[in-house]
Amino acid sequence: MTSNRRNFLKAAVAGTAAVATNPIKAQQPTPAARLARAPLPVPETDPPASPVEVLTTDRPGADFMVDVLKSLGFDYLCANPGSSLRGLHESIINYGGNTAPELITCCHEESSIAMAHGYAKIEGKPLLVMAHGTVGLQHAAMAIYNAYCDHVPVYIVVGNSIDATQRRPGVEWLHSVQDAASPVRDFVKWDDLPISLEHFAESAVRAYKIAMTPPLMPVLLVADSNLQEAPVADKDRLHIPKLSQTTPPEGESAAVAEVAKMLVAAENPVLVADRCARTAAGLQMLIELAETLQAPVIDQGGRMNFPSRHPLNQTANSRGLIANADVILGLEVVDLWGTLHSYRDQLERSSRSLTKNGVKVISITASDLFTKSNYQNFERYPEADLAITGDAEATLPWLIESAKRLLTAERKRAFEERGKKLAAAHLKALERARTAATYGWDASPISTARLSAELWAAIKDKDWSSVYGVAGTRQLWDFDKHYQSIGGPGGGGVGYAAPASLGAALANKKHGRLSVAIQPDGDLMYAPGILWTAAHHRIPLLSVMHNNRAYHQEVMHVQRMANRHQRGITRAGIGTRIDDPNIDYATLARAMGVYGDGPINDPKDLGPALQRAVAVVAKGEPALVDVVTQPR
Amino acid sequence: MRFVLFLAGVGMLLGMGGGLRAQEVATPPPGNAQRGKQIFQSYGCYECHGREAQGGAGTGPRLAPHPMPFDTLAKYVRQPTGEMPPYTSKVVSDRDLADIYAFLSAQPQPPQAKSIPALND
Ligand code: HEC
Ligand SMILES: Cc1ncc(C[n+]2csc(CCOP(=O)(O)OP(=O)(O)O)c2C)c(N)n1
Ligand SMILES: [Mg+2]
Repeated sequence: MTSNRRNFLKAAVAGTAAVATNPIKAQQPTPAARLARAPLPVPETDPPASPVEVLTTDRPGADFMVDVLKSLGFDYLCANPGSSLRGLHESIINYGGNTAPELITCCHEESSIAMAHGYAKIEGKPLLVMAHGTVGLQHAAMAIYNAYCDHVPVYIVVGNSIDATQRRPGVEWLHSVQDAASPVRDFVKWDDLPISLEHFAESAVRAYKIAMTPPLMPVLLVADSNLQEAPVADKDRLHIPKLSQTTPPEGESAAVAEVAKMLVAAENPVLVADRCARTAAGLQMLIELAETLQAPVIDQGGRMNFPSRHPLNQTANSRGLIANADVILGLEVVDLWGTLHSYRDQLERSSRSLTKNGVKVISITASDLFTKSNYQNFERYPEADLAITGDAEATLPWLIESAKRLLTAERKRAFEERGKKLAAAHLKALERARTAATYGWDASPISTARLSAELWAAIKDKDWSSVYGVAGTRQLWDFDKHYQSIGGPGGGGVGYAAPASLGAALANKKHGRLSVAIQPDGDLMYAPGILWTAAHHRIPLLSVMHNNRAYHQEVMHVQRMANRHQRGITRAGIGTRIDDPNIDYATLARAMGVYGDGPINDPKDLGPALQRAVAVVAKGEPALVDVVTQPR
Repeated sequence: MRFVLFLAGVGMLLGMGGGLRAQEVATPPPGNAQRGKQIFQSYGCYECHGREAQGGAGTGPRLAPHPMPFDTLAKYVRQPTGEMPPYTSKVVSDRDLADIYAFLSAQPQPPQAKSIPALND
């Protein structure tokens, strides 16, 4: 069989020679000559090219792809290797010098994506992920779904061998696909299959712009293996478009002014923030809005929206505030309906509105700009009185200004009074949380409150960043900087915590921050190879196991079913517990080259163990402390 | 997200229990705290309320020490009005509940928050 690829290589060499000897051609390349995939034309009259088979090239198309990717400013590239990307892989490490982006070796594609997910929430920009087409992308899928639901940009390049006549027999066929993006198209914002290098460049820049326009989301490009590996005549003639960064969409100004009016006039306004603060500025602006109005803030924690110890932080009092509110403003709230209703999961499912009659519900969210049908991440329809389409953070400046303009001496006095009451309520809630933490303080397994409080004591004097936390103990910590909390998986896909924490820690590394994660056991066991990645790349992260030796959420679900069916109420642990044998996470960590301590059963041992681990992390290494805990 | 709201709801229910508590007169049936501790685990109460009934974040309120009156507790466990799954008499006997009650009543009083440095920062 004649190999087309071989003919093409010869033609490319001959073509270059022709360009060199023909000045007219050199000045006016044909469009075809600019396309790397298309062989340069070989004049019929030319003598046959060198009879020696050409086996090498110093200008693979992938080098140009690296130029394109470098133009987008990626610091890192997370990948599990795969032959469909071997050209690009080699160009990144040799032509690109393995810097910007630097390769981070991942043991699972789900880990690559989740690392990028955590990284972007700290750094505010995407990280590059390469995945082997077909099988690699299949592995990556759940993590992509999480990032999509969480409105986080991840920039994915997958390999594929499109030209069927060029595929090696065997595995390359198995790992090739007509439409590589199809398994994830429902949950990426945009994808493309470039068929030339210029097409790759244009789509790469376009993908970045799309990913970074709110709502931020993952994007995917296919890098054809032939395009990566085939020589390109003159890559410097290929154009890399300039990246146009879009400005985020603001809510319509008249509608925003109306919101300001409603908030200033309200007796009991409530601000609910979920993914409101996209950047450091978002945190400051929400503080300014809340202080201007002396209005309570319920922080649902999707981002670092509001300081946990701010007197207007009333998250612990949400139920009562929602019930009493006359105006509720949702800022990038994922589940506004769920915020306004209680739901009862009994044999007959039922729900009840939590709000009082006449409440005005306002929502500001960029989610309305991008909704797809198949996956139901849009939650129940919330019946807002005023729904403003726009990015909440981008809308805040105008909202604050509009509210300030409406302030009168009389309203200011009323706000001051409200502020005082709220400050007192905040202190009371903090006292309640501290008292609640005393119950089970000396318990073994260790209570989650004690775990949280001891960890806080060990890190509070450092420049810390909590990259994964445990529900219900947030009040015990003093969160006040934008990088101190990043929310959860977004799509509820378990297996997020371990790799996303490491990605966030990678972003925190250059800022010298101490990253800490409270790591659930079941979550770690999906892809524990992430520990090796942490050790290999010396990423400082303190992982403290929330080791309840179970997929505990599911234990409770199965218990509910057994109770409902009035049978086998002692059997909910079957298929849900992670014991017999117990997993020794400290040994697991050590096997991967990570400092490991534990299992800690006695709460008295916890503080000293955490301090030892903090010292390791302060030196720039990852560390894991296994703590055997109460279920929640 | 909803987790956070959920705990606040628990507080409201606790309030409801408090009203009934005032009316309580009867002494609880005698129970075996040791067995109570064991079935508090095996019947799954610990899953939501914690192994020492200290309460779980977003999953269930604290039940001890000083549990609500026995009758109120028994009634709630059999026919919960909130999120808690029902434990009917078909699966949990009155004796079981008496033992659980003894276990709850035997829980020690915790230390004061003020006496714990980690809870004062
Ligand atoms: C799946 C979780 C779950 C399990 C299992 C569970 N509970 Fe509950 N329990 C709750 C929740 C949540 C509440 C708060 C009220 C509500 O929403 O029903 C509650 C409330 C209670 C109350 C009322 C407390 C109050 O002050 O109002 C009692 C008593 C109680 N549970 C006892 C038990 C006992 C005893 C068991 C085991 C036999 C048990 N629970 C198992 C979740 C659970
Ligand atoms: C990929 C995936 N598989 C299964 C589930 C269902 N699920 C929800 S919570 C949970 C348990 C997770 O266990 P762990 O991480 O140890 O947390 P715990 O509930 O014990 O606190 C599971 C399996 C899921 N959400 N995602
Ligand atoms: Mg677990």
